[in-house]
Amino acid sequence: MSFAGLALDGLLALSLPILAWRTLAARDLYRAAILFITFGVILALAWARLGAPDIALAEAAIGAGITGALLLNTVGGLSRRNGGDDDERPDEPTDRVGRPWTTRLAVAIPVTILAVGLGWAVLSLPAPTVDMPSLVGEAIAEGEVSHPITAVLLDYRSYDTFLEIGVLLLAALCVWSLGLSAVRGEAPEAVAKSPVLAGFVRLLAPAMVVSGVYLLWAGTSQPGGAFQAGAVLGALGVVMVLTGLLAPSLGRGSIIRAGLALGFSVFLLVGVAAMLATGGFLEYPAGFEYGLILAIEFFLTFSIALTLTALFTTVPPREKKEGA
Amino acid sequence: MISSLVNIASILFVVAGAFFFLAGTVGLLRFPDVYTRLHSLTKADNTGLGLVVVGLAIQSGSVLAALKMILAWLFVLVSGATAAHLISTTALKGGIRVWRKE
Repeated sequence: MSFAGLALDGLLALSLPILAWRTLAARDLYRAAILFITFGVILALAWARLGAPDIALAEAAIGAGITGALLLNTVGGLSRRNGGDDDERPDEPTDRVGRPWTTRLAVAIPVTILAVGLGWAVLSLPAPTVDMPSLVGEAIAEGEVSHPITAVLLDYRSYDTFLEIGVLLLAALCVWSLGLSAVRGEAPEAVAKSPVLAGFVRLLAPAMVVSGVYLLWAGTSQPGGAFQAGAVLGALGVVMVLTGLLAPSLGRGSIIRAGLALGFSVFLLVGVAAMLATGGFLEYPAGFEYGLILAIEFFLTFSIALTLTALFTTVPPREKKEGA
Repeated sequence: MISSLVNIASILFVVAGAFFFLAGTVGLLRFPDVYTRLHSLTKADNTGLGLVVVGLAIQSGSVLAALKMILAWLFVLVSGATAAHLISTTALKGGIRVWRKE
């Protein structure tokens, strides 16, 4: 490895813990959200340097992009909530939870033990008795999905993807059950009615749809896949919700509910059907892998995009005025 | 001969782009208000990234890769301009005054 490469890797490895620490230590929630986004971007760069473009894409799109937008949306909602109706500019929301040394110690000790334990586990890993990488490589050559990460994810780790889409569905359900108010009418007047923004969304929408579908399709042979495609399409949905183009029609009707559950249901259905045919849950019958995997990815993408969009349709409710 | 000329051109373009990023960052940190900071930031994004893209495009050796990079630059141009417009409009409507020299 060249010196420049080593220097870049060192810089990345050094900035990650520092950024993580600053994110957690920041009292100002807006600053914490921005630092979190920076952390996500640096982490995506680190994944790219480690030769894992799939994870880098997912981290940049979901970890930094969508999660960052979600955090900023929440901070914005909190800031408006604190603002009240008077002319005073709203305060930046801050983290008011106290941090005595007992709390710090109660967090630091288990985290240190975990870090030391993980480090010890990695360093003392026994040499594998079975050469998994080459076994997987042979199996992928037999399978029809040629990209190693997608093939591994779906052939060997279907459970992982299955549980991830389940977690996403649960997250949407949790957000809905918090009783938050609708996002409608929350965007500042000047922004919501800006012709520049409307033109931008019009220009961006077709490009994002094309790149989302391309990522899904490309996922079978190169970096990409359902989560990355869903993130791009979800980002388009988020932009449309925040600009007020989509919010009125995206309620909690039965069609939206069905759409949210579609990916998980199709995955479950295919898994059970495969179990009836081959005897193992999510063990696809030979010859049908490519079609089944692509079908599942298609429905997953749709549900992921819809879930990520639906997360943005609510904001924190206004604070009840108590003697203020 | 040709390849070393291309290399020299690449280096010049990328270094010029990096200079714009450096200047933009210094401006972002040093300028007094949100409007001037936006001004310096958009210079870094537009010109800096454009120069880096030109420097890398002539290295890529494939028209498709070069077009992809130029497309990425165009998207950054459009989204940067939109974001700068939205931030400055919101700041102006929100009552943030424009900085004037005393």
